[in-house]
Amino acid sequence: MDKGLTLHNVDIRRGKERLLQVNHHIAPGDVLTVMGPSGVGKSTLLSYITGTLAPTFTATGRVTLNGRDITAAASHTRRVGILFQDDLLFPHLSVGANLAFGLRADATDRAAKVAEALAEVGLDGFADRDPATLSGGQKARVALMRMLLSEPEALLLDEPFSRLDAALRAQVREMVFARAMARDLPVLMVTHDAQDAEAAGGVMIELKP
Amino acid sequence: MAQRRFLPALPALTLLAMLGPVVAGLYGTILPAFGHMPTVGAFGPNLDAFRALFEWPGLPSAIRLSLTTGLIATATSLLIVALITAGWSGTRAFLLLERMLSPLLSVPHAAAAFGIAFLIAPSGWLARFFSPWLTGWERPPDLLIVQDPWGIAMTLGLITKEVPFLLLMTLAALAQADAQRSTTVAQALGYQRMTGWLKTVFPRVYAQIRLPVYVTLAYAMSVVDVAVILGPNTPPTLAVQIVKWMSDPDLTMRLQAAAAAILQLGLVVGALAFWRFGEWLVERLGCRWVMAGRRSHGDGIIAGAALGLGMLSALAVLLGITVLAIWSFAAQWQYPNILPDALTTRSWMRHSSGTLEALGETTIIALVATAAAAILTIGCLEAEHRYGLRLTKRGLWLLYLPLLIPQVAFLPGLQTLFLSVGADMGRGPVMMAHLIFVLPYVFLSLADPYRAWDPRYGTIAGALGATPDRTLWCVRLPMLLRPLLTALAVGVAVSVGQYLPTLLIGGGRVATLTTEALALSSGGDRRAIGVYGLMQTGAALVPFAMALMVPAIVWRNRKGLRHG
Repeated sequence: MDKGLTLHNVDIRRGKERLLQVNHHIAPGDVLTVMGPSGVGKSTLLSYITGTLAPTFTATGRVTLNGRDITAAASHTRRVGILFQDDLLFPHLSVGANLAFGLRADATDRAAKVAEALAEVGLDGFADRDPATLSGGQKARVALMRMLLSEPEALLLDEPFSRLDAALRAQVREMVFARAMARDLPVLMVTHDAQDAEAAGGVMIELKP
Repeated sequence: MAQRRFLPALPALTLLAMLGPVVAGLYGTILPAFGHMPTVGAFGPNLDAFRALFEWPGLPSAIRLSLTTGLIATATSLLIVALITAGWSGTRAFLLLERMLSPLLSVPHAAAAFGIAFLIAPSGWLARFFSPWLTGWERPPDLLIVQDPWGIAMTLGLITKEVPFLLLMTLAALAQADAQRSTTVAQALGYQRMTGWLKTVFPRVYAQIRLPVYVTLAYAMSVVDVAVILGPNTPPTLAVQIVKWMSDPDLTMRLQAAAAAILQLGLVVGALAFWRFGEWLVERLGCRWVMAGRRSHGDGIIAGAALGLGMLSALAVLLGITVLAIWSFAAQWQYPNILPDALTTRSWMRHSSGTLEALGETTIIALVATAAAAILTIGCLEAEHRYGLRLTKRGLWLLYLPLLIPQVAFLPGLQTLFLSVGADMGRGPVMMAHLIFVLPYVFLSLADPYRAWDPRYGTIAGALGATPDRTLWCVRLPMLLRPLLTALAVGVAVSVGQYLPTLLIGGGRVATLTTEALALSSGGDRRAIGVYGLMQTGAALVPFAMALMVPAIVWRNRKGLRHG
């Protein structure tokens, strides 16, 4: 039970009202999908795990990642990666600088690693580009590689494909899951899209409003 | 670790920097007002100072001027702004006016007032345009147009500066008021544009701009620099008279000045209460008006007139600055010639050492005060972001407090306190005094864009392993470069324009462009005033130009930040 992302009796409330309660273990390489309509607190669960829960919420329970208790750890020390429906590439940095921002500080050969990451998703030579000039699919790929370069130990997905059109969607989805499997990451995805849930393949929890 | 303990303390420190001097200053005003000032051998409490004040023959007209100029200038400015926005928001004419007015906001009050004086005086530019062919004036007529005893010129001068301020505040409020859809619905129900806007959007907008309107009223009632330039002389407005008493060599006159400062504060509080009553009345009548269902009220004519007045007010400042510039370069310039015989740089040469020295002093004070304000503001906003230490609605009042309490009510007390503790009146205390007024404007300017920043960028940066500080320096602030520089420009403009804090807290020994320009006002050397007025305008405007240019250059290859 040590390896993987574990939510021990996590209970999140807004004031007195209970939003959600989760008790689940996600093994490395597994996907847990949390389904439900918007507004039931799916994203709140993710902000709890990343350590960015808004002060209006209260939470009890514990989160452990590969045996480390990260419940009270500072966000930047948790090693929990997250992707949103928007690419959220930093608009003031070039594509390469965005990737280098993700690269861990102790990494050597930074430029080579950035180039390698770009090549891995078919974007060779994009390092000096302005992210705003990329297509939606290209941005999604850069955002994924930026997150992976930071060597997270778990990956959270917040409706990650809902902004992409149908053709691109399947392609990006497959790429994200393949990369996560290859690195043996536990994945927690929240979505309201049945197709995304089906493609993920793992266990599914449904939240009711 | 030090920072973690430091940051949560910043909101408290900010309030202290802003409100501490105000409270201390009021305390330092109340004591001498009630006859207690040990340094001049006066021990209270007694009412002698008030008795002396009420015996001053100029008092009734000073009180009347304070009330009429303040209330008329504020009401007129608000009316112009409301009608322009009602009749024209979303049109090209409105966009044009907005572009004309935005830079005018940063023109210092004193420079704008000098410009208007040079425009409307009997020997001013307007008279020259129409003389002698229309007016028959071969020589400047002996009319008291500027510094008229009713304060009309002063009121006009205030309106030209308050219209851009209130318009920009209204524009900011419009974004949050869902104005576009309300107007569309009202028009679909058959309401004409202006009537529909006034009935549906104005109540929401006014609720947002209420505090800025109060600031305008308090300012207009107690302003000193504009009153010195455009206001009547004998007797002057109450605020100007307080400054005169404060600088009287007879130190016991300070008791009377303090009493008058308390009276000035009372007048402002009373006028604000009166305004509040007016709001209530308008609300009552307005509800009936809204429900009566009339679809138009001569919309075309009223909206046209409002736009005309707005344009006129913008034009007055622009022409005023132009005539300042011409005077500064004028060789011989006889009445009623429209232009001087020749242009020369003689005036600039003659005043070069004086202006450069004053420019240096102005710059140092403005930069230090603005930098301090920016650090405190970013600290407050970042503490709010990280720890949820958010200002409540009531907290917003605290932010406006230094702008609502007349400068002339607490700065004399602050000066007295500084003197009594033997502090050296100089640059340091002046910077501190400027900070009181720079801080609210920097905060108000930066807060909205800072809070509008998508917090998911922060989540992403944290997930990528960036510490909160790295996120702040490497992601948030670079992304907010444009609003940050704009806020800094606002801060510099506010500091450059400060007259009273520089004069009183500087003990007359700190010479900025503003104090130097005001010192020239009684002399009537138009060329010198032109030089100093133009320098003062430049000192306030150049930072704004830079706030536009720098992000455009730095982010020239970043499309995502071009409109950010």
